Amino acid sequence: MSGFPRGRTAIVGIDLCGTDSQSGLSAIELLAKASIGAIADAGLRVGDIDAVFSTLPEDPFSAMSVPEYLGIRPKLVESTRTGGSAFQIHAMWAALALDAGLCDAVLICYGSNQRSGAGGLVRSGGLPFPYEAPYKPRNPTTAYALAAQRHMHEYGTTRAHLAEVAVAARKWAQLNPLANLRDDLTIEDVLSARMVSDPLTVRDCCLVTDGAAAVVMTRADRARDLKRDPVFLLGAASATWHRNISQLADLTVTATSEAAPRAYAQAGVGPSDIDVVQLYDAFTINTILFLEDLGFCPKGEGGRFVEQGAIAPGGRLPVNTNGGGLSFAHPGMYGLFTMIEAAVQLRGTANERQIEGANLALAHGNGGVLSSQAVTIWGTTATL
Amino acid sequence: MIQRVISTGEHVFFPRIAQPGTGQTDLEWVEASGSGTIYSFTIVCNKSPEPSYVVALVDLTEGARMMSRIVDCEPDAVRIGMVVAAHVGEVDGAPAVLFSPADEIAP
Repeated sequence: MSGFPRGRTAIVGIDLCGTDSQSGLSAIELLAKASIGAIADAGLRVGDIDAVFSTLPEDPFSAMSVPEYLGIRPKLVESTRTGGSAFQIHAMWAALALDAGLCDAVLICYGSNQRSGAGGLVRSGGLPFPYEAPYKPRNPTTAYALAAQRHMHEYGTTRAHLAEVAVAARKWAQLNPLANLRDDLTIEDVLSARMVSDPLTVRDCCLVTDGAAAVVMTRADRARDLKRDPVFLLGAASATWHRNISQLADLTVTATSEAAPRAYAQAGVGPSDIDVVQLYDAFTINTILFLEDLGFCPKGEGGRFVEQGAIAPGGRLPVNTNGGGLSFAHPGMYGLFTMIEAAVQLRGTANERQIEGANLALAHGNGGVLSSQAVTIWGTTATL
Repeated sequence: MIQRVISTGEHVFFPRIAQPGTGQTDLEWVEASGSGTIYSFTIVCNKSPEPSYVVALVDLTEGARMMSRIVDCEPDAVRIGMVVAAHVGEVDGAPAVLFSPADEIAP
């Protein structure tokens, strides 16, 4: 008995913007634009929001600056800083807080101008770790490369398997008009791309873009009276095992393996029930690790699972249908974008990339260097 | 040097004021063996003439794991499971504990 309020809260509004890195807006301006868009999408007014769960990469006090900017006096704020998994954790707390009656309408929001503003990876306030930094790991890529190398060693995963992930993401991106990279990509292109931190090439790495995203959550009873089809939260769980890659005992197993069973139990479903999967693919190895840790295939089989376009359009399991961090957009902390794509699919508004009859979606978040893992499971009315 | 829990004999790295997971505070500093095996590694690639280098995770004989660099060895020759030995060297002019293949180290 988990006590999680399965299906008693829902996403009722979504929006994203700025992923082309051309907006000229600052991080908080991007965040505000997406937030106002999501509130309008829900058919609500800014004044209806009474809880703000916000993240700005360079602002540790976004819990105050975002309400101030939007002119909201929230009853509740939340600003967990676990990197890209923060938003799944926000959704979990939002469900509990809404169900407990602590608030009525939660805005979960994020914005970054890391590409246009800083010209590269955003500095998100983390301090260098004195027991790794002197060796000049090219993080985050090096940390994920260490995991990839170990997975290849233990399970026979190949660089071609990693490349399959990038190619599948690109094929989905070709169906998403908002995706940054939509030109053809082959396995050979990935294998021959510039090596960054062996075995990961630049095509095994996510994009560096601007972007903002926001969702609004309410209780289910209210959600049914709003403009859009509610996307119900059925389960949400997180697990955190380490901060620095040298402190993860087994580089082939992430804390998703611990969070996922809890989220499935809350939702009352298993991996075989999931219609569409949105994973945090900062690097190609992520998708392989998370497919295993989420139970879509046995540990070690992720590379062989993704072979021959199995997660690409028309494959056996639709994964990262927006093109993912690899080909759609990656504005520093991407986790909110996996939830938005899950919602788009469950609303049935994904157009060319729509998975027919999608009723159950999994949206996953990853923070740090495989450090913080969070899993959310969403469903349509049919799943209640 | 490496930290050791007096009551259990377990080693702790990175250094802390208490053993992770138990909160045991009876820590002492002991001489490290300097030997270990490569758990994983990556070649951090640079454009010539900037040299590429090997960042590795080394499982110390004492049971703890640390990040370091593998030196005195062609990057392409580095393998997981390779036995390595520690010495104090430099990274970009700063002192650092580095590892070399064990058979490359004078006894």
